Amino acid sequence: MTSARDVVVTGLGATTPLGGDVPSTWDAALAGRSGARTLDNDWAERYEIPVNFAATIKVKPEDVLPRPEIKRMDPSAQYAIIAAREAWSDAGAPEVDGDRLGAVVSSGIGGVWTLLDGWDTLRERGARRMLPMTVPMLMPNSPAAFVSLEFGARAGAHALVSACASGAEAIGYGADMIRTGRADVVICGGTEATIHPMPIAAFAASRTLSLRNDDPEGASRPYDIDRDGFVVGEGAAVVVLESAEHAAARGARVYAKLAGVGLSADAYHITSPDPEGRGQVAAMGRALEDAGVTPADVVHVNAHATSTKVGDLTETRSIRTLLGDDADHVLLSATKSMTGHLLGGAGALETVFTVKAVHERLAPPTINVANPDPELQVPLVRGEPAKLPGGDVAAINNSFGFGGHNVALVVTNA
Amino acid sequence: MANTEQEILEGLAEIVAEETGLPTDAVALEKSFTDDLDIDSLSMMTIVTHAEDKFGVRIPDEEVKNLATVGDAVRFIAGAQA
Repeated sequence: MTSARDVVVTGLGATTPLGGDVPSTWDAALAGRSGARTLDNDWAERYEIPVNFAATIKVKPEDVLPRPEIKRMDPSAQYAIIAAREAWSDAGAPEVDGDRLGAVVSSGIGGVWTLLDGWDTLRERGARRMLPMTVPMLMPNSPAAFVSLEFGARAGAHALVSACASGAEAIGYGADMIRTGRADVVICGGTEATIHPMPIAAFAASRTLSLRNDDPEGASRPYDIDRDGFVVGEGAAVVVLESAEHAAARGARVYAKLAGVGLSADAYHITSPDPEGRGQVAAMGRALEDAGVTPADVVHVNAHATSTKVGDLTETRSIRTLLGDDADHVLLSATKSMTGHLLGGAGALETVFTVKAVHERLAPPTINVANPDPELQVPLVRGEPAKLPGGDVAAINNSFGFGGHNVALVVTNA
Repeated sequence: MANTEQEILEGLAEIVAEETGLPTDAVALEKSFTDDLDIDSLSMMTIVTHAEDKFGVRIPDEEVKNLATVGDAVRFIAGAQA
């Protein structure tokens, strides 16, 4: 049953370590490829950073965007604009009153390249050399603002910040803008561009990164017993959400419904998840309730699963707690095994994957799982993609962030 | 080290082209930064910052409003280098 204010997904866009758009990214994910590579710079040696690899973007913005756009936008906004243009075009460039069009694009960290380049300029060359665009480029709402400008989105431009849950929270907020009647169409997603030596050194200092320098492609291995941390990724993903009524009126192609949004906070520890998983269970439970589906309907979960020992197992225990025996028929995918961790872009990219999975009835694989952790409590899609059942189905995309932010999105078939 | 006015024009055209995406030959002496080249105040200050760096001069903020055309800027930079 579809009602007028139901939210549907009509456009997808991305630029990622696997490809410069959604088709190439999705094909690479189904083929089980890794986007992680050794960095072609001397940061590890020069700064004694213990990690010398990352999941860098596959297609450089310099190859896609005109030079003035490169100069006016931080890389985080460049990625977002590339993904937003693809999503908008994929949606058929809908005709919509700008007052009814929203833009919600999040980043976990913001314009870190611009911030640090500006600091270098000041120290080395003085204030007179500071570029006037520095502030509008480094502000964390910059990607949302550029997307709003590009498409004339006047219903609101927002940038919700919740670390690695930011991209999912943006999409949840976009859905709420439609459901509460503020907008008919919302361009929403997440982006991150933090492959700079300072953030990499900082993540390494928090002891959360994989140190598998001799095997970058094998480094992100959620649920494998030998996992040793996450792999920093970069890129953006954007979806076009639309009220079912608006999409139907223009005869739009609908990939799936964005049926439920569930939010919670752990209030437990600044970086570690609550080992009881209370916040995660609450977020997923609220999302299912919001979507009007039951555990029996859930056939697929795109896990947050970053390849850390504590995080991965807490999540599968939470899934088991919430779904009970119904977790036996869930196909779990940990796509960060291929993409690395896009931080503020992760929740958005994984929403794109979840939408594609429901639309094509195909769950993407988890790679690098040579020896599954015996404590893994949910059936894992390994190596090859797995078929999802026909009929009415629901899928969950989980995103959790430093700070205890939990976001669960439920996607159902159109 | 002083540049000729032609060298300054060419150098300035490169800066403007980089900032706006216009072809360098669109940046002619008689062109108005705002009316012809559609350059807003933030872009103008970016161009000024790059021009100071490139030509080794100081263009004070109170002077920028007097630089209506490309020719005005070229002449100011040439004078400042002299």
